[in-house]
Amino acid sequence: MKSENAVELRDIEMHFNMSKEKFDSLKELFLRFVTRRLMFEDFIALNKVSFDIPKGDVFGIVGLNGSGKSTILKIISGILTPTKGKVETDGTIAPLIELGAGFDLDLTARENIYLNGSVLGYSKKFMDEKFDDIVEFSELREFLDTPMKNYSSGMVARIGFAIATITKPDILIVDEILAVGDFKFQEKCEQRINSMINGDTTVIIVSHSIDQIERLCKHCAWLEKGKLKMIGDAKEVCNAYKNQGTN
Amino acid sequence: MNNKKGMKKIFEDMKKFSPLLINLTSRDFKVKYRRSVLGVLWSVLNPLFTMLVITQVFGHLLKVSVPNFATYYIVGWSIWNFFSEATSLSMGSILGGASLIKKVYMPKYIFPLEKCLFALINLAFSLIAVIAVMLIQGVYPTWTALLAPLPILYCFVFSVGFGLILSAMTVYFRDIQHLYSVLLTVWMYLTPVIYPVSLIEDNAFMNTVVHLNPLFYYVDYFRNVMMYGVVPSLVDNLVCIGIAVISLVIGGFVFSKAQKKFILHI
Repeated sequence: MKSENAVELRDIEMHFNMSKEKFDSLKELFLRFVTRRLMFEDFIALNKVSFDIPKGDVFGIVGLNGSGKSTILKIISGILTPTKGKVETDGTIAPLIELGAGFDLDLTARENIYLNGSVLGYSKKFMDEKFDDIVEFSELREFLDTPMKNYSSGMVARIGFAIATITKPDILIVDEILAVGDFKFQEKCEQRINSMINGDTTVIIVSHSIDQIERLCKHCAWLEKGKLKMIGDAKEVCNAYKNQGTN
Repeated sequence: MNNKKGMKKIFEDMKKFSPLLINLTSRDFKVKYRRSVLGVLWSVLNPLFTMLVITQVFGHLLKVSVPNFATYYIVGWSIWNFFSEATSLSMGSILGGASLIKKVYMPKYIFPLEKCLFALINLAFSLIAVIAVMLIQGVYPTWTALLAPLPILYCFVFSVGFGLILSAMTVYFRDIQHLYSVLLTVWMYLTPVIYPVSLIEDNAFMNTVVHLNPLFYYVDYFRNVMMYGVVPSLVDNLVCIGIAVISLVIGGFVFSKAQKKFILHI
């Protein structure tokens, strides 16, 4: 791996076995096997995708629904293992794939902050130090000891965002999450992401908002049906992407 | 990824995610007792009530003759119940952690391991009941009770290994969840928890089956140190350790092979 790169993807292929219907039980599997209907449809979510993301870059990924954007984020963050190919990353990764993953709604916000912090691999001591910052940013101090099942979805998202961005990770992965909360909170989120961008953090953003990608990103990749269609300067790629229907 | 790097990653993960392990365990604990008036006291009361029922049914109605039957039962039961709880909870743990596994990278073995730890804490509380029953019946523990952590540790390792296998298999075949509760019932009757070993010694077949049952050795070991004041021999220890290690190795192997595709099935 070259030292100037934060992420290197080499010939990534991701196959999914799409059985016509999913079987979850032995009986079904057995019946299918006996009746020789055990068929899989090989679905290729990503087909030989290779690119590098240099350190400190703000990298956007665009594409239509089902083009493999989220799959590639999951591969970079280590949640999915690619069927073929090699992925290498350098540094700590903070995934913002879904805010509030790992909240237990029966617990209070205070308990959940520690739980979610440990989900992201932070120590208790670290969370003690950052606890006030998180509460401050989420503006929910008075509800700290309320069970989170009584929270609105916007409140859950606030806490989630505050925890996930509490450190300056080496690589920040952002998947469509800026669409949560009211406009004031969205502004606050974007500010925080901007302050990370101005630091040394490499940011990878997936969004359907082309404006957002053009505004924030330096480089951009365009995926179409699992293949890399175009990669390069964010403005050029976004223009080509926007114009695809017209010519 | 070569092997050396893989091992290094396992140790790094363990260190990084040990707070998660602790937090998940304490979450289970909090959720279990939240809103119950007596709370954690139930962990002590439950074994006592079960013991009362069993001693009435088996001791008085079916005339199982074991000296200090109540103690005999609850000491054996506590180890059995630990295993049963740890493995049943482990079984569904990967499915239960699906929302996390799909969204954040974390070592997946943390889920079955956490359930085993949770069961271990419950065991600690039921030991209060065990000691209470012993004192009431006048079976005073000797210094050998200090060896009690050993069989618990052996049984813990065994349960983790078994839990790893179960949790991985359940992801692919949900039927196991239903099958396992039946298997556990059979397994319990093949472990001398309610009856003395002498009861089945004449039946060669049953005797063999019971001696092939790993739980027999843990229950036996635990009773020896807790109520009989017997120090288990080196061979006893080696057998217990051997079974535990085999279980952990197989469990670890099966789990590591299976885990890459978990995410496609949960």
